[in-house]
Amino acid sequence: MERKADVVVIGGGITGTAILAALARYDLSCVLVEKEPDIAAGTTKANSAILHAGFDAPTGSVKAKMNVEGNRLYHKLQDELDLDIQWTGSLVCATTEEEEAQIKELKARGEANGVPGLEIWDGNKVREKEPNLSSAIRSALWAPTAGICWPFGMAAAFAENAAENGAEILRDAEVKGIRVEGDKTFTLETTQGEIHARFVVNAAGVYVDKIAALAGDKSFSIKPRKGEYVLFDKTAQDKLVKGIIFPAPTKNSKGILVCATTHGNTFIGPNAQEQDSRDDTAVTTAGMDEIIAGAKKLVPELPMGAAITEFAGIRAVSDTNDFIIGESKTAKGLYHAAGIQSPGLTSAPAIARQLAGEIAKAAGAKEKPNVKKGRPPQPIFRELSAEEQAALIKKDARYGRVICRCETITEGEIVDAIQRPCGARTVDGVKRRTRAGMGRCQGGFCGPRVIEILSRELKIPVPKVRKDGTDSYMYEEKLGGGRK
Amino acid sequence: MSEIYDVIIVGGGPAGLTAALSAQQNGARKILVLERDREPGGILQQCVHNGFGLHHFKEELTGPGYAQRCYDLVKDLPEVEILVDTMVLEVRKDKTVRAINPTRGVMELRGKSVVLTMGCRERTRGAIRIPGTRPAGVYTAGAAQRMVNMEGYIPGKKIVILGSGDIGLIMARRMSLEGCKVQAVLEICPFSNGLTRNIVQCLNDYEIPLHLSHTIVAIHGKDRVTGITAAKVDDKMRPIPGTEFEIDCDTVLLSVGLIPENELSNGLGLAMHPLTGGPIVDQRRETSEPGIFAAGNVVHVHDLVDFVSDEAEIAGKFAAKAAVGEGGKASRDLAVATGDNVRTCVPQHLRLGDDAEKVRLFMRVAKPMRGKLKLKVTSGGEEVFAKPLMIAKPSEMIAVDLPEAKVMSLTSGLTVSLEEG
Repeated sequence: MERKADVVVIGGGITGTAILAALARYDLSCVLVEKEPDIAAGTTKANSAILHAGFDAPTGSVKAKMNVEGNRLYHKLQDELDLDIQWTGSLVCATTEEEEAQIKELKARGEANGVPGLEIWDGNKVREKEPNLSSAIRSALWAPTAGICWPFGMAAAFAENAAENGAEILRDAEVKGIRVEGDKTFTLETTQGEIHARFVVNAAGVYVDKIAALAGDKSFSIKPRKGEYVLFDKTAQDKLVKGIIFPAPTKNSKGILVCATTHGNTFIGPNAQEQDSRDDTAVTTAGMDEIIAGAKKLVPELPMGAAITEFAGIRAVSDTNDFIIGESKTAKGLYHAAGIQSPGLTSAPAIARQLAGEIAKAAGAKEKPNVKKGRPPQPIFRELSAEEQAALIKKDARYGRVICRCETITEGEIVDAIQRPCGARTVDGVKRRTRAGMGRCQGGFCGPRVIEILSRELKIPVPKVRKDGTDSYMYEEKLGGGRK
Repeated sequence: MSEIYDVIIVGGGPAGLTAALSAQQNGARKILVLERDREPGGILQQCVHNGFGLHHFKEELTGPGYAQRCYDLVKDLPEVEILVDTMVLEVRKDKTVRAINPTRGVMELRGKSVVLTMGCRERTRGAIRIPGTRPAGVYTAGAAQRMVNMEGYIPGKKIVILGSGDIGLIMARRMSLEGCKVQAVLEICPFSNGLTRNIVQCLNDYEIPLHLSHTIVAIHGKDRVTGITAAKVDDKMRPIPGTEFEIDCDTVLLSVGLIPENELSNGLGLAMHPLTGGPIVDQRRETSEPGIFAAGNVVHVHDLVDFVSDEAEIAGKFAAKAAVGEGGKASRDLAVATGDNVRTCVPQHLRLGDDAEKVRLFMRVAKPMRGKLKLKVTSGGEEVFAKPLMIAKPSEMIAVDLPEAKVMSLTSGLTVSLEEG
């Protein structure tokens, strides 16, 4: 099918969806293309889920500016888009004199970057807040504006808000080629047909340089850097931490941290491994050992028996080591959001606002009169009062059937997740929108039920239901032909 | 909804159904069974193989056959009500049970006694930290069993099974019968964790190789599993470098242990046992909370459903007696400790009064042993019971009945141990 749009956004991660939401506020027709079956399938689904305060990046860098501005915007967007964010604050812990000097330096840098409220705490005050932290911690940098969030939910919120404002989201749509016609239009050759557009936003994550090259722009390259994590069950939280605990940073990363999630789990990680592959998210024994050893420096007694899963994500590190944001020097009308590694999640709304503004200006577009600021409400059964639960079941009996036992997720919530704007198409898509399958049994009980609901709601046979990736089919017809 | 039930049973599997029957036979007049699935029977519904019921019903049944038998015994009893499609969200100390279902919405149910029979769940990939990618094609053996036996789909065609627990072994045979190729079963321990009869009937009969002291060190494939790397492990279960080899497969099934499903028990604040993973119970299967009983895999994972039923009979009986005010008073609380070579023993203590009771102890040993063995129960240094054994395996639970007279004369705690020679 051939399509026409004013703007096409390539990439459905947090950056692409935030940009789409910002663009959809203007009188522009917008399409987002995502190569995977669902949005937020790359780095957005596997990262530290932290909204950073903004003291890490060098003063004057694009990262520093976007981080501080993005953090400020999330404080405002949280209510508008019903985002799952907890402003826990963060601690950067120093265990040696050298590290103490380092965190003082971080504080000065943060202040120059415009981060409010930074303080140095002594070890006792640190352990008062987080009793499980090591007695070796001498002092820490406290940043009250840092927070934890649910990145997938935020990307879904941006996508849903964009859809509410008329944007179209195409999934399973991989860009195979870009034809630049004159200097007026682009034609994107995708696995879902050709799309003609005046403007293209390149937010393709770890593939951002490949997409740029398709349009003839070879001005930057991406070096993938993998980070591995271990996630703990909720029951282990009283042995871990309630907020965000960093060690003193290393040259390549903010170090291996111990950090709470908005759902009451805790994770440790990530490490930092440079690799050539852009999609190798394998976890390794060496990597696990590295992050366990690293995390033990912060929390000496890790409840390893309560680990429920391990995963890895890939950072898109640009060769400038900074974000590359703005119009291509060589392809007019192509805008990059490239090199978006940490603090990319935090920066997304700031990047979106800047790029959407630039494109609207170039297009001569105006803000639409009746822009919708929110998204459809999403009932979360387990968070309702008994009266609200009863009322909801009365309205829709499917909210009275629990599918995921570990997280108490009802059939009603799963059907809603599938049927909402930009709804779930895969088992992991359901999981990320509802938490079904995210608990201690990791889908052991609810997996078959979720597959059945997906099959029914999407009107596809069970063997066509996918886990996550393009070819991640889960079950097959029996060799004898099955019961059908 | 202020109706008060004599006994509310959480879970309608074999334990819950048997507890309901036993409660009815012991005087309870209003019994409610709450089952989350579409029909009662629990996990047995997907266990279409045979081998069930030899002890409890004295005949060989399939899983669904055993479940049906349990259900048939209670379904027409006017005292027993069964609600399916019903999820219990909370059990409180005052024995209020909060549950929901699509037709009745949110229910607050009051019981005089509660029996917890929630069963167990499977340990997952994450819990044992298998390195590698996270493609489709990795399932717990039980989840795959449900898809094959109840929904009518297969997980793949070329299978590697990690763990030689009974479900893994049963699934090895099941997949072979479906026409799939089971490449290997890998077991990290130097011995199998399944029943001997399952090793013979499910692996040997189908010429499926069992690699003891081996594990998966990497899963390969981006969207779908394309293979695994296996390796031999040392006596600390760490992979030995240089022993790796590849196995081609599109599916990995995990049978790496079962964990009692005790979220409701934890919510209640019951005293739990670190090794069984279930609530600490006395010989009547009463937990640390008076009037709250537990039986079956929620207390400790069983290898035979027959023993689950035996235990549920005990719990159902005493839950009924407590509900109708015939619980009696305990005058002595005696600990049951584990001695040499015994890993766990249920019950963990005895609360004895004036009524004569026989006591059944369920034990698991720490390691496989063979030869002239003696299972010994001592009290205050004196041997009160002994049983000769030829073989003992961690995978096969040992049951011992202490005679009434012996039980009634006990004055100090018991220690159970297994001796060689």
